[in-house]
Amino acid sequence: MTTARTRTPAKTPLLELDGLSKEFTGPGASRTIAVDDVTLTVAEGETLALVGESGSGKTTLTRLLLGLLDPTAGTVRFDGQDLAGLSPAELRAIRAGMQVVLQDPYSSMNPRMKVTDIVAEPLVTHDAAYRGRRARTRLRERVGELLESVGLSARLQDRYPHEFSGGQRQRISIARALAPAPRLVVLDEPTSALDVSVQSQVLDLLVELQRQHGLTYVFVSHNLAVVRQIADRVAVLRYGKVVECGETAAVLGAPRHPYTRELLAAAPRPDAYRTRTGTSTSTSTSTSTGTSGG
Amino acid sequence: MTVVRNRLALVALGVLALLVIAAVFSPLLAPDDPAKQQLLARLEPPAWEGGGSLAHPLGTDQLGRDVLSRVIYGSRVSLLVGIGAALLAGVVGAVCGLFAGFRGGWPDRVLMRFADIQLAFPSLLLALVIVGFLGSGLWNVVLVLGFTGWVAYARVVRSEVLSLRTRDYVTQARATGVTDLTIMRRHLLPNVLPHLATIATLHIAAAIVAEASLSYLGLGVPKETVTWGSMLADGQLYLGTSWWVAVFPGLALMLTSLAINITGDALRDVADPKAYRR
Amino acid sequence: MTTHAPVLEIRDLHVDFRLATGTVHAVRGVSLTAHAGETLAVVGESGSGKSATMLAALRLNPEPPCAYPGGEILLDGRDLLALPEKRLREVRGNDVAMVFQDPMTSLDPLQRVGNQVAEVLRRHRGATRAGARTEAVRALAEVGIPDPELRARQYPHELSGGLRQRVMIATALVGRPRVLIADEPTTALDVTVQRQILDLLADLRARHGMAVVLVTHDLGVVAETADRVVVMNAGRVVEHGTVAEVFEAPRRQYTRDLLAATPRLEPTS
Repeated sequence: MTTARTRTPAKTPLLELDGLSKEFTGPGASRTIAVDDVTLTVAEGETLALVGESGSGKTTLTRLLLGLLDPTAGTVRFDGQDLAGLSPAELRAIRAGMQVVLQDPYSSMNPRMKVTDIVAEPLVTHDAAYRGRRARTRLRERVGELLESVGLSARLQDRYPHEFSGGQRQRISIARALAPAPRLVVLDEPTSALDVSVQSQVLDLLVELQRQHGLTYVFVSHNLAVVRQIADRVAVLRYGKVVECGETAAVLGAPRHPYTRELLAAAPRPDAYRTRTGTSTSTSTSTSTGTSGG
Repeated sequence: MTVVRNRLALVALGVLALLVIAAVFSPLLAPDDPAKQQLLARLEPPAWEGGGSLAHPLGTDQLGRDVLSRVIYGSRVSLLVGIGAALLAGVVGAVCGLFAGFRGGWPDRVLMRFADIQLAFPSLLLALVIVGFLGSGLWNVVLVLGFTGWVAYARVVRSEVLSLRTRDYVTQARATGVTDLTIMRRHLLPNVLPHLATIATLHIAAAIVAEASLSYLGLGVPKETVTWGSMLADGQLYLGTSWWVAVFPGLALMLTSLAINITGDALRDVADPKAYRR
Repeated sequence: MTTHAPVLEIRDLHVDFRLATGTVHAVRGVSLTAHAGETLAVVGESGSGKSATMLAALRLNPEPPCAYPGGEILLDGRDLLALPEKRLREVRGNDVAMVFQDPMTSLDPLQRVGNQVAEVLRRHRGATRAGARTEAVRALAEVGIPDPELRARQYPHELSGGLRQRVMIATALVGRPRVLIADEPTTALDVTVQRQILDLLADLRARHGMAVVLVTHDLGVVAETADRVVVMNAGRVVEHGTVAEVFEAPRRQYTRDLLAATPRLEPTS
């Protein structure tokens, strides 16, 4: 298990979100504000967690900062460059530096592609040296290295995704994200579909890779306990707004916003049985775990 | 159950193989020149009927031409038209469907409205009008049947792409910086291909029948080319007295279209990796 | 806690799945008991056999490929494995009810939610149409759905995930079951909603004196709600006891690893 880290992040912001908003127009001209005036910075080498429940806008926010959606207002700057000012070709080029690992290890891979081609996709996209038949050996070598760096055997290259477990697939996803040597990796609930034991292994792997490559993470999660384990700073989102942002220990230890307190109170705790069984009153306010049976 | 279905598919595949062989090697297989008229041997019955002879195993038509030879030669046009029309429609439909589904917005709306309009038009009528304009001829028939058939491909591809494009691996590819064209080729097309193959088999069968209908109406390929459709048209007049003139090309038509459809079903089962594993 | 007689007792249950590729022994000799008025948590990771065990309690595993080569599932002393399908239907939803993880797929998207609750009553209680409807609205109110009259007329897609799960619980409860099996009932829900649903289950259990069997992978949820725990791994029970026993002094390495892997909000001392 990893311990909470106290490393102070470097000063240069790698990612800057400024007054970012996204409004969707639904059927019948109805409007939903998914992201509402979000301003955040992520420093090089740090992990910022985006915490929120469904409908909080965290998914839309990640799509905005990856440049997959155009904001209604505000700017996204990656390494000082405004994404909106880039041509499509420039935007594609900059994407080598920002990769993403998605939640569902089952739908994040084309079922008809072999592991080699899945992991190699970013390489082939961004580096001409890996294209073509003659580069095949070099490509396989690089994919092998990447697989080994995430704790998988290089010999698994010729398998298809369905031959792997959820945890293994998530490692393949991470290998793919690392392929173009990115500076920023957006981790969109990377462990929430995994078993706890697998989850802790994958989290450990992510921390190790960050240390090795000096990666910057934006870690999206609804699980505060996981966030405590991995993040330097936390931004709590609700209805598209950042309601609270700060150092992880501060936000989780002494939350200022009532919603953060609500989230913390709702999170199930593995030591809750102590308070429950010690005195026969429940931890919640609305219910008493009664002794009157039927 | 699957064994029975596989066996049926095997038989269908055999029929198709025979058809391809017949089309490719017509001159070697046909006992006679399909255009050779023998006015003395008109409307001879098949060999097993009274008055028939082994010289014309399936009898002769009203001009004394050998029916078996004509059925064998007719397979050439049928196959050419069927595959040609399906290829043309498949390529046009897949490209339109991919773009419409992946890009969305106005190209999608324009293409799909156009498709709706075309669907509202009876396709045979449309074919008649176009053939009327272009004139008859083998390639014009292919063009017409290809053009009237693209809508089915485009619609299926589009709806499939609509669900595929929100798949995580497509999002992932976009986030990686893969170009739209590459995404369509690498991630979308391979996943819609099995669906395309299924429609194609239905379409090949339909096109073969449509060609026969056009030829039956005298609007298909020129009279000199032997087709099952024109044979049917000719034989219709003699159905009461000399059934074999129309029945054998009809049988060939029916068997072909049935075999293609069965093969298509089997193909779909095999092409879907999940259904296959179960 | 309460010490009632066991309502549901599973003895040395074996569940096999006979597939074309070979037989999978999903459950290999599981024994557990659920008592009235208490919550039993069945904990395990994917592939532990926890869901197959609980589906077996209602004989809901598709047979074939599923087979029961051994064991007993006793509901008030009656062996469910020996019952014919027709009698089983009387047990399902009546004596034993089940709530699944994903309320979207377990509710009929084309039926108003009120009708879905009422259907259970009409099938098991032979209630009249009008009677069943008022009873259904009452059931929706009981599981804490605001404005139940209006909600009863809505379709599943018009409800939030939390409300849908409440509807599922209402459907499970109208038959007044003595055992409620909840298979990962809050896994698909947000934490704040999860808390509400867990509270609701505890509340209903206390009020009706049901036995609740909670299948989960989340030790936090177990600690919050369960009286006793069964830990499963690879088709076997590896540990069982009261929550305090299992959490304070786990006897098996597997349980210790599972506890260690569970992320915690407070730094562990």
